[in-house]
Amino acid sequence: MRKLQFHPCGNFRQTYREEITIFETDFGRMWMLIGLVLLFAVIPFISSAYIVYILNTIGIYAIAAIGLNLLIGYTGQISLGHGAFFGVGAYAGAVLATKTGLPFVLAVPAAGLVTAAVGMVFGIPSARLKHLYLCIATLAGQFILEYVFVQWEGLTGGAEGISVIGMTLFGIDLGNDRVFYFVIFGCLVVMTWIAVNLIRTRFGRAFIAIRDNDRAAEGMGIPIFRYKLLSFAISSFYAGFAGALYAFYMISITPEPFNLWLSIEFIAMIIIGGLGSIPGSVLGAIFIVSLNEILSNITQYLMNVGTSSGVAITIAPLREFVFGLVIILFILFEPKGLAEVWRIVRSNFRLWPFSY
Amino acid sequence: MEFFLQLLVNGISLGFLYALSALGFVMIFKSSSVLNFAHGELLAIGAFLFLVLSSWANLPIIVAFAFTLIGSFSLGFIIERFFLRRLIGEALIEVIMLTVGLSIMFKGLLLFIFGGDIHNYRQFLPEGLSITWGSIGIPSVYVASFIIGILFLILFGFFFKYSSQGIYMRSVADNQPAALSLGVHVRRVFALSWAIAALVCAMSGIVLGIINGVNVHELSSIGLKVFPVVILGGLDSIGGAIIGGIIIGLLETFTGGYISTSLREVIPYIVLVFILMVKPYGLFGLVEIERV
Repeated sequence: MRKLQFHPCGNFRQTYREEITIFETDFGRMWMLIGLVLLFAVIPFISSAYIVYILNTIGIYAIAAIGLNLLIGYTGQISLGHGAFFGVGAYAGAVLATKTGLPFVLAVPAAGLVTAAVGMVFGIPSARLKHLYLCIATLAGQFILEYVFVQWEGLTGGAEGISVIGMTLFGIDLGNDRVFYFVIFGCLVVMTWIAVNLIRTRFGRAFIAIRDNDRAAEGMGIPIFRYKLLSFAISSFYAGFAGALYAFYMISITPEPFNLWLSIEFIAMIIIGGLGSIPGSVLGAIFIVSLNEILSNITQYLMNVGTSSGVAITIAPLREFVFGLVIILFILFEPKGLAEVWRIVRSNFRLWPFSY
Repeated sequence: MEFFLQLLVNGISLGFLYALSALGFVMIFKSSSVLNFAHGELLAIGAFLFLVLSSWANLPIIVAFAFTLIGSFSLGFIIERFFLRRLIGEALIEVIMLTVGLSIMFKGLLLFIFGGDIHNYRQFLPEGLSITWGSIGIPSVYVASFIIGILFLILFGFFFKYSSQGIYMRSVADNQPAALSLGVHVRRVFALSWAIAALVCAMSGIVLGIINGVNVHELSSIGLKVFPVVILGGLDSIGGAIIGGIIIGLLETFTGGYISTSLREVIPYIVLVFILMVKPYGLFGLVEIERV
């Protein structure tokens, strides 16, 4: 048994090895284990079907948000097309499963790979463009992909979409929400683990160098175009993976959900969660999905309470208003997001009672 | 041939509308380098303000127009003062998401107040303005919008060239630290350029509203159509916005007329990607040389 260590009251790291550790003390590991046990052994068995549905949505969006954070938060390449990449993954998964009959285990990663390839194509402009020009290029990518979803009827089924029914994983029927919960959160844990460790490798540090100063990064010998493409590919892989899970979870997919609004929601998740923070992406996904659910519940409640239906219809747009307001308030008052709030809370506890 | 000519005329009129709506966008970008995603909503706010003042409050057209311009001028000022000013020097993604947030917020608010229906202004344009030339007709609203557009272009041309505020704005756009060190009040210039841009947006919004009716979804989607226009013309060139608008308008109507109507909506973005790959600073944009 290793010696349990308390948090020091400051930064006393002496080697780079200490700097890049994920858990400073064994307490962190302990909390993570407790969290995993809660996640897999307690929560699915005590929550209602509705809560499980929300948690599943959170899990799917969290995977995509982690991917987007790798691209925006760590590599500094803004993409407004993540919602469309999510859609590419959903369609790729559905098409692979229905037309070629791939099993679930293969279809989901394969959809991720297809999306990674598509993402690399849309990452090519990053060779010449940066900042807002790249942002506009990815915006165009979003619209072009949306058009393809609707028009390529032979493959995507046009506006009617595709339905995938009766997927099984190792003989277990995936039609059940609670079963799918384990699949989604298993994937989320693995994907988070990959992302956290990716940042500690050569590639992750190259991404951060490109974000902080691309010219200096080039000067230090990082082939930045190749790394930008790699970042696009990895981020799209995450989006596609999540998209495929979404397709199999929702059973039928149509082009509508994968619009610019979804891309904006993803960016809102990582901004509210915290740019350049993997736990932040998950927190952001939790926040946005919960906010959406709370807002739609409130509007539904008001619709039931409101005596005339005219009142109810006018209340619905207030959801958008609140959503926009939350984004603005976070950017103005806590631009580093929930991850920073969490850090402040933690360090307050750690430094108590001498927190100066 | 007649079909071709009618398409040509339609394309140019549509392009002129795009150009008109892109003006405000270019003004904001030119002075403060902010990519304004709330552009469509600014158009919509102007259009609805005019609707409220002219049709609901029954003010005379000129008075309603003047109050609309004053109102949107103040709105632009407020947006800059309370939201954008706090983000000067912050990362691009935060500025972009702030304007996205503003856009969502405004859209929600407008839908809350006015709903998603199409509203119409009362008729006030003189009928004699429409031009018929053989079988090709140009409705009077297009002629009016053309006249208004040209008028404002000349006005802004003079404003930027000769007025001291216009010269300050150009200097800030050109080199912000240098302008600051020469005593230009950069923050006031930002505020003023947002205010003027909102004013221009209101004017474009009114023209769009006269032609298509005032609808929140319609107007806010035009805010996204602006991107191909300004990229083609060059993000910081007002003349470029006009040319870019007309080219995109022509492209849309000809694609819609000859190839397919569904491709019409997406063709500007396909062109946009190609322009960005080949000539990212557009036809008339300022080329910033930076090798990486």
